[in-house]
Amino acid sequence: MWMLENAFLIPLIPALSFAVILFFGKRVIGSGRVHLIGITAVSLIWVLSLVAAFQWTQRVEHPSSDAIAQISVDDHGDDHGDDHGDDHGDDHGDDHGDDHGDDHGDDHGDDHGDDHGKAAMHSESGHGGGHGSALISPVVTSYSKWWSNGGVDFAIGTHVDGLTVLLLVVVASISLLVHIYSTEYVKGDRRYVHYYAFLSLFTAAMLFFVMAQNIVQLIVGWELVGVCSFGLIGHWWEEKPNTDAALKAFLTNRVGDIGLLVGMIVLWGTFGTFSIDAINTAISASPGTQHFALLVAACCLMAAVASKSGQFPLHTWLPDAMAGPTPVSALIHAATMVVAGVYMIARLYPVFYDGFSIGTSSINLMAFIGGFTALMGAGLAFAQWDIKKVLAYSTVSQLGYMVMALGVGAWTAAIFHLFTHAFFKACLFLGAGSVSHAAHHTFDMRKMGGLKKFMPHTYWTFVIATLALSGIFPFAGFWSKDEILLGAKVGQQSGYPLMLIFGCAVAFMTAAYMTRVVWYTFHGEYRGHGHPHESPKVMTVPLWILAGMALVGGAFNLPGPVLKPFGLEGLAHRVQTYAEPSVYLSGLGLSHPDPSLSMALIGLGLALSGIIVTYLYFWRNMGPKGLTERNKYAKAGYTFLENKYYLDYLYNDIIVASIKKPIANSANWFNQNVLDKAVNTAGESARDSGRWIYKWIDQGAIDGSVNAAARGADTSGEGLRTIQSGKVQNYGQLLFGAAAVLAIVFVIVI
Amino acid sequence: MLLNQFLILGAVLFCIGVYGVLARKNAVMVLMSIELMLNAVNINMVVFGVQHEVVSGQVFALFIIAVAAAEVGVGLAIVLLLYRNQTSIDVEDFDLMKG
Repeated sequence: MWMLENAFLIPLIPALSFAVILFFGKRVIGSGRVHLIGITAVSLIWVLSLVAAFQWTQRVEHPSSDAIAQISVDDHGDDHGDDHGDDHGDDHGDDHGDDHGDDHGDDHGDDHGDDHGKAAMHSESGHGGGHGSALISPVVTSYSKWWSNGGVDFAIGTHVDGLTVLLLVVVASISLLVHIYSTEYVKGDRRYVHYYAFLSLFTAAMLFFVMAQNIVQLIVGWELVGVCSFGLIGHWWEEKPNTDAALKAFLTNRVGDIGLLVGMIVLWGTFGTFSIDAINTAISASPGTQHFALLVAACCLMAAVASKSGQFPLHTWLPDAMAGPTPVSALIHAATMVVAGVYMIARLYPVFYDGFSIGTSSINLMAFIGGFTALMGAGLAFAQWDIKKVLAYSTVSQLGYMVMALGVGAWTAAIFHLFTHAFFKACLFLGAGSVSHAAHHTFDMRKMGGLKKFMPHTYWTFVIATLALSGIFPFAGFWSKDEILLGAKVGQQSGYPLMLIFGCAVAFMTAAYMTRVVWYTFHGEYRGHGHPHESPKVMTVPLWILAGMALVGGAFNLPGPVLKPFGLEGLAHRVQTYAEPSVYLSGLGLSHPDPSLSMALIGLGLALSGIIVTYLYFWRNMGPKGLTERNKYAKAGYTFLENKYYLDYLYNDIIVASIKKPIANSANWFNQNVLDKAVNTAGESARDSGRWIYKWIDQGAIDGSVNAAARGADTSGEGLRTIQSGKVQNYGQLLFGAAAVLAIVFVIVI
Repeated sequence: MLLNQFLILGAVLFCIGVYGVLARKNAVMVLMSIELMLNAVNINMVVFGVQHEVVSGQVFALFIIAVAAAEVGVGLAIVLLLYRNQTSIDVEDFDLMKG
């Protein structure tokens, strides 16, 4: 398991590539060739990531003795009776009688049915190969004293488990494809070297982040990817909107970063350790004992998730971030960086699970924020004309989906959706980039249309990714979305009915707005000018690879019953088997719902109806055309959507302005009366003392002494020159006179 | 005692020589005064040589006479050239090295 223990190499390679490109890119290598460095580095880590993933699967399949976690699940069987199928019957009464009397009374029927489902699930996994994986411990290597302060040692190291290797593969794959795609997309750019340097740095930072051993490293990685995002959004900083967007992204993230810092400090204060492994183990070993502290920490961390992963109150930066180059949007603002928040929840899942009581509640902050964001983002996507902004709101919506999935306890579903979403959303973004590359660098869908016949490769990959995003069988999104809906329906104990409604509505809306994008972009008549053309192979090949993953990505976590007819049951739930760090989750009593055919059909039906309704509306010209012009309520709703719920207005004009003005005024006063005064006083006193020094010390003492020495030499010289008369006899007189004096002295002294 | 008388003679001769060097204006007279001072020294040499019964005093005196002859030769030549250039041999007239 060499790769798992030396995983630090993976972020190190792109970090070196960053340094080489930055320092030698322009002069030594030549700015036209820097992408070779980047692509080589990322190819290397792509291979290493696959090796790591393979070694992790080996570790799960054939665990050695040290890989088996030491946590005994039986110890807390009392707290979470429904951990085990066998003592389920006994605990059922006690558990619900003591702790959840209300739930029990209200939702008796549902509860009972669900518990049966879970019991069956557990007995099933107990016999299958899946349960063996449930107790695999992560590979943690750390150098325990990176730095220390105040007697606290800060470690640095790697924490590699299934979740990490999954993210490694996703980040490395998409980064590699984006590197290749970018060689054409940003060809001839004035900051080509800069661009590739930042891509390398981002890749390094993201990989560093996903294999963080402790929460300090998490913060470091979190900020590093934020910096790269800032730098790449503002890549074309000569235009004001781009710098504004970069600043907005950065500042909005700062708001969440406060939450991140406070949350991490609360965690450290509660557990006295920074190690993720130790924190998760401590919580899952004794759930519920630190509930309040974890609630506070989870709420603070939710703020961080909201900013980084574009969740409801702080999502407004993400659509603006589309000002950056499109490959960057695909890599950073769709597939990898924005899932950092989702990843952080998944990584510290026991904190959230316990803090928000996910296992026992039927609604909680995380699920609500996620569900609401999903719904809101999907609504906004209808009213956008910029193809990238539609995709950006779609990303907001899908990230909300993931957060909602985590909020309802569907850990694996969220991670699986993260995995599939990364591929098809990157495909959509790169497709949009390809369209813009062809259609004179516009992203406005009103200037597109009819591009299907000009760029067939882009069209078909875009359609495949759209179907995957909409959740159409058998594309990747279908499987992951279905799992989320199922997780929302079944929940952990009582189900999350509101989240299920949100999820279903979003499934319908997603299909509808994506169909709208396909219509405006590729069908109808071409509304732009010039002659659009298909992009070169270096752009379409990455598109096809991503489309391929959008097509088959779902195969990584197929439910068992689907594979049963083919006799491939051993391949079911691969993501669940390998990625789920069940060491922690088993302590929490997390369960997996049974696959449900009816739920899958409902989800599929909603998506299809979304597509069909939109199809009829655009292609067949049915439905209420021009409704928004005629009906004032519809118009008001459309305006409301078009202005993004007035959130930007609320933030900029009301909150920021109301805070900014008094702060600016008082800052101005402070500046004028305190800072300037201090500076002026210092300046004046310096000037006065300078004058005094000039007058007395420089002129008086130093110049005086120099002048005095010169004058002394002058006077004595004048005096002495009279002696040098040039007359020999004068000299002789002096000589003999002196000799006589000396002789007299000599005689007297002796 | 005989020695004292010779030494007094030498001292008197030397003083006359010094007076001549410092006071005479004529360069030839200055040179002659220098000869007087050298001869005062010669007397001392010879006297002390006899007194201590060593011959080196008289040998030294012979050397001094020879060198003095050469010196007078050079000196008279300089005086001759001075006269040719300046038509004067008054030492008061020559102060080219005045500072």
